[in-house]
Amino acid sequence: MLGHSRAVLAVLVALAVAVPAAAATPQELTQLKDGSGRDLTVGRCIVCHSLEYIPNNAPAMDRAAWQKSVQKMRERFGAELTDEEARQILDYLSANYAGKS
Amino acid sequence: MLPGKRPLLQRARRPPNFETPLGALVPAFTPTDAFFVRYHLPVIPWIESSAWRLQVGGTSARRPLNLSLAELRGRFERVSLAAVNQCSGNRRGLFSPRVPGVQWGNGAMGNALWTGVRLRDVLQHAGVAADALEVVFRGADSAVLPATPDFVKSLPIGRALDESTLIAFEMNGDPLPHWNGAPARLVVPGWTGTYWMKHLTQIRLEPKPFDGFWMKAAYRLPTGAFPGARFVSQETPETTPITEILVNSLITSPLAGARIRRGARVDLNGKAWDSGAGIAAVEVSVDDRRSWREASLGRNLGRYAWREFHLPLETSVVGPLNIAVRARSRSGAQQPDALTFNPSGYHDNIVQTLSVEVV
Repeated sequence: MLGHSRAVLAVLVALAVAVPAAAATPQELTQLKDGSGRDLTVGRCIVCHSLEYIPNNAPAMDRAAWQKSVQKMRERFGAELTDEEARQILDYLSANYAGKS
Repeated sequence: MLPGKRPLLQRARRPPNFETPLGALVPAFTPTDAFFVRYHLPVIPWIESSAWRLQVGGTSARRPLNLSLAELRGRFERVSLAAVNQCSGNRRGLFSPRVPGVQWGNGAMGNALWTGVRLRDVLQHAGVAADALEVVFRGADSAVLPATPDFVKSLPIGRALDESTLIAFEMNGDPLPHWNGAPARLVVPGWTGTYWMKHLTQIRLEPKPFDGFWMKAAYRLPTGAFPGARFVSQETPETTPITEILVNSLITSPLAGARIRRGARVDLNGKAWDSGAGIAAVEVSVDDRRSWREASLGRNLGRYAWREFHLPLETSVVGPLNIAVRARSRSGAQQPDALTFNPSGYHDNIVQTLSVEVV
């Protein structure tokens, strides 16, 4: 629970600091595709970055690339994910945003 | 939309990554409100110039300094130079096969007049010890999570002491705008944008290679794969930091797919640039690269600026016109035909092509 509330706090902080940069109207905000794991993906990723990084990178991504990306976010950038959360996010991204041909 | 900027190509909102549209790359100097914006970290403070301080110190500094903007402006010689600022990942989105990262097109670059003081003068004021190996730069932007590596970059001492390396506080004659690094940023003409630290707050002279993430793990190329200055203290047998911009060009008009009326007077226009040797020639082919003609070059704005080129197109024959453009540097380097793949999608400087139709 502590980890969860810390993540929520981080999201709130993130949203607060994002305001000057993101004077966005709601319709400008990126909506990720429906699917299992979407809410977890949104909640964890927006701590540090807006969501369009995900669809914008899709043409360069397959499951192996998303695996590397999630791993980089955890190991290099300090994203606070459990192994189970990382697996769910990887499954969601691979199912919905792996557009590499 | 970013406050103070005209609408740009939004690659990502937070951290903000916005690209200059092609039309704004037409003027010799890229308008400041159209100049591209590139950040790695999302916490970007708006800094009051009067409150800003620049710390200059480190293990190899004999007399550490703490300067206000007024002191920086007042104590050192004022210098202006025109230079291309090009993101390392410019054109990453055009890579084949595609690679992850901000999917930039052609507009993660621009040419501006930068005014400030020489980094060398500031460093010498702080006393450069004989063992100084690298100079480490930190800006005011930061991460959300404490575990995220702060964006910190280093330069080899030789490059830091080069007379062209500036701490700039003006861009195109006006105070540096927030999104391009107010109140002062580093300008490293000829080297890619990753070294041009924005919102500069701290400079450290150090006797050891800086070992942060953004030097050791990011902005690296396979060792030996590309020409350009070597950053020896950061090199490994496998990878090496990206350093200098490679000779390159951009066609600004006509637009791809344009239909040109037969006999119409239409110029091919664009820009060519390199890392500071200067552009020797820009050649144009309209026959699938069998024969080449030299374009005329525009005014020389300085060795680190881009050079405009123009060539009237032959429009007397109806049909497709497959245009290829290649620039050659005074160093002898020329744009290559094929991309040298690298995992981060850097250094796309291949011969530029464009197809139009005479109708």
